[in-house]
Amino acid sequence: MSATPLKKTPGDIVFALALGAICVAVLFAVVYPVYFVVIASVSNPSLISTGEVWLWPKGVNLFGYREILNDERIWTGYRNTLLYSVAGTALNLVVTIPAAYALSRPEFRPRRILMLFFVFTMFFNGGLIPTYLLYRDLGLLDNWLVFVLPSAVNVYNLIIARAFFEHSLPKELFEAAMIDGVSYLQYFARVALPLSKAIVSVIGLYYLVQHWNDFFTGMVFVRDNALQPLQIVLRDILLSNQAFAGGVGASGGSGTSYDQQYADQIKYGVIVVSSLPVLVLYPFLQRYFEKGVLIGSVKG
Amino acid sequence: MAESLVAARKPARKPVTGARRPGAGRHVRRYWQLWLMVLPAVGFVAVFMYVPMYGIQLAFREFDFAAGLTGGDWAGLKYFRQFFDSPLFWPLLKNTFVIAFTTLVVGFVAPILLALMINQIAGGRRKRVMQTATYLPHFISIVVVVGMLQAFLNPSTGLLTRALAPFGLDGVNFLGDTAAFVPVYVISDVWQHCGWNSIIYLAALSRVDPQLYEAAKVDGANRLQLIRHVDVPSIVPTMVILLILTMGGVLNTGFEKVWLMQNNLNLPVSEVIATYVYKIGIFSTQFSYATAIGLFNTVINFAFLIAANAIARRVSNWSLW
Repeated sequence: MSATPLKKTPGDIVFALALGAICVAVLFAVVYPVYFVVIASVSNPSLISTGEVWLWPKGVNLFGYREILNDERIWTGYRNTLLYSVAGTALNLVVTIPAAYALSRPEFRPRRILMLFFVFTMFFNGGLIPTYLLYRDLGLLDNWLVFVLPSAVNVYNLIIARAFFEHSLPKELFEAAMIDGVSYLQYFARVALPLSKAIVSVIGLYYLVQHWNDFFTGMVFVRDNALQPLQIVLRDILLSNQAFAGGVGASGGSGTSYDQQYADQIKYGVIVVSSLPVLVLYPFLQRYFEKGVLIGSVKG
Repeated sequence: MAESLVAARKPARKPVTGARRPGAGRHVRRYWQLWLMVLPAVGFVAVFMYVPMYGIQLAFREFDFAAGLTGGDWAGLKYFRQFFDSPLFWPLLKNTFVIAFTTLVVGFVAPILLALMINQIAGGRRKRVMQTATYLPHFISIVVVVGMLQAFLNPSTGLLTRALAPFGLDGVNFLGDTAAFVPVYVISDVWQHCGWNSIIYLAALSRVDPQLYEAAKVDGANRLQLIRHVDVPSIVPTMVILLILTMGGVLNTGFEKVWLMQNNLNLPVSEVIATYVYKIGIFSTQFSYATAIGLFNTVINFAFLIAANAIARRVSNWSLW
């Protein structure tokens, strides 16, 4: 921005200082809570409750994590969520990507009305009860497919993918292929898709995170504990204060205040364990996440 | 998605070959492969989105277990009257509005301010760090965010409670306090989504013609004036579209989060239409009544969307349709 080396005025300096201060404050407010959860999960809980843990973990112990590793619900939840996320994302991609491609072809006349058909659902829906009754009629209540089938298409993701196909694939490529007598399906599979790894991974990531964090489906449509995803298990442990496997700390004995303290440590640990996959992958994937937003906002 | 959603006035498309437009049958024969590709998505949306819309008629019928989604005798507006006459009607409406609008306004303004601010950072590296850090919380699940709120706001041991003690706020049970519910809800929402929502504005800002800055500087504009007269006007189209999109879902926002944050102490301010529908419908199985309340919610939503669109068209020439 400052290509012309104009002289720095006192106003500029004040501006820079204020900007720096606000940035540091914002950064702190955003990052510190996450950092604190991590250090609290390995610190002595009594030191946390008295406020002695600020910057570094103190009285390091892994008691919380040991308890978590021994808790079957967490692992059932993890396994379920993993299954739903992988199966769900696979279906999402198989359904969304070809549809986005078809909708991006300008000669496909019905595309306008079809877009309207999709976009309308972003603003209007049948509401909870008709949805619930439909799932009941389809036998999706207490069925793991409820985590996979109804969310097959996300209209935002469809629009992002369509925008990519519309703007990022060179038109000449399509024309050349058509002259060679290639059909749409062949063109899509052999030319468009291999050139679209970026958008497929972006959309795949969006869907994966959506499935990983899905709490609503389990809460409303599933009663069977064996089918519940990680987020429901988390709610039970974090918010409903359900006792941990065999009471807190089978090794810990009987003291209740002791139990409460360790229950808090376990909670921090559970937060870390459940968010770990997304947060560990995050630095590697954040470029993609961002790309999705940017592609979606490409000028049309 | 913003601009691709907008019905920008595009020139009419030329017919595919010559002047003759192919009929429907010919069209399908010619483009059957494209139809094949789009059909699964159409099917899923038809079944899972449009069938429930068809099921809305339940709001005007007596639910009959055997008849299911659309069966039962017509009941007219009975269930709407029941809702309007209910003593819960005004509190529910008020709570829903207060939460939705505070979230809408604050959640709309905060990402804009953040984007304008990040855009001012000079070093590319520092800019990246700031951006990356601020949208991290977007990927934390809602259950975990509420779990963190509970831990941090615990009246005796919470991190935030202790940090606020010097301000005379110690011992406040934020999650059980009717006055604190909305602020806690909104602030944590901003914490979680502000950075993410600012990305789209940053993209718009990065496309501003540098010559505009130079010209303004020559005219003697200082940094704040540059922001006001160059940056802000350049993101207005993005702002308008995001506003419309958010307005359309304004009363749907945060059912899950409100539900998770709800407790007996904050219930007078935290019971909203969506949570009430859940209780009445799923727990008490009053399906027709709950559908009617849900429909009321949807209709208001839709009215907001239309209003937002009309305003946007007036003030900025940008609109969804």
